Amino acid sequence: MRVEFDISALKDTKWYELAVRFLFGGAITAITGMLANRYGPVFGGLFLAFPALFPASATLLEKHEQEKKRRAGIANTARGREAAALDARGAAIGSIGLVGFALIAWKLVPMSSGVIALSAALVVWAAISILIWRLRRHRLFLRKGHSGAASHAPVSPKGG
Amino acid sequence: MQILFRFIIGGLVVSLFAAFADALKPKSFAGLFAAAPSVAIGTLGLTILSEGKLFAATEARSMIFGALALFFYAMAAMRLMTRYKLNAAPAAFSALVVWIICAMGIWYVWLR
Repeated sequence: MRVEFDISALKDTKWYELAVRFLFGGAITAITGMLANRYGPVFGGLFLAFPALFPASATLLEKHEQEKKRRAGIANTARGREAAALDARGAAIGSIGLVGFALIAWKLVPMSSGVIALSAALVVWAAISILIWRLRRHRLFLRKGHSGAASHAPVSPKGG
Repeated sequence: MQILFRFIIGGLVVSLFAAFADALKPKSFAGLFAAAPSVAIGTLGLTILSEGKLFAATEARSMIFGALALFFYAMAAMRLMTRYKLNAAPAAFSALVVWIICAMGIWYVWLR
């Protein structure tokens, strides 16, 4: 399975969808700051991994997939849900990478510059997430047939 | 004023990660970006500048547990969509209960 970067896919995103993401992201960042100031960094830090973006992105993804199928004359509403479920599976893998991000940030932030510490943490997040995703693709990481969404029809002929 | 600044920076970073994810295929790979550290980068960067490195490092340590809660959240959302056939919005929003229970439970037992 090859990972593709298709910049033309961005034109499917509508302005209000961008606005929703901006609002969600901005709101949770502002709220996290307020919580940390009010209740301290131990409590506020939990919200750095709050699923701020997933509800909006999964909902939009489901809608896009349904519209795509509708335009193709296919009345299968399950496709959108399956795409969103695959998104959730990716998020579960990404959250393991996020543990690595937080660990590196925790250790490096006090002893190096913020830019270097956060850049290193971001690289670790990407490395762990991509590694687990690839292992998962090759069925080395999880037991066969234990993947939830994977047991359903793939979203595209290429799989998900 | 600082809250407004956080709002704008956070919104921009999250939008950037989301746009990057939109252009990626397959969907399970793009899904990794639903757990991207977009909020964390914006928040920790601003916290380092405003509150100092130790404050930010303490937030990052708590984030480890928030990320574990996010794992259970994502698994629950996936389960609600695949097994219980819930659409994305009700699944994603109702699974927030899982994140809150996990994160608050860990905070109450270990971090408080």
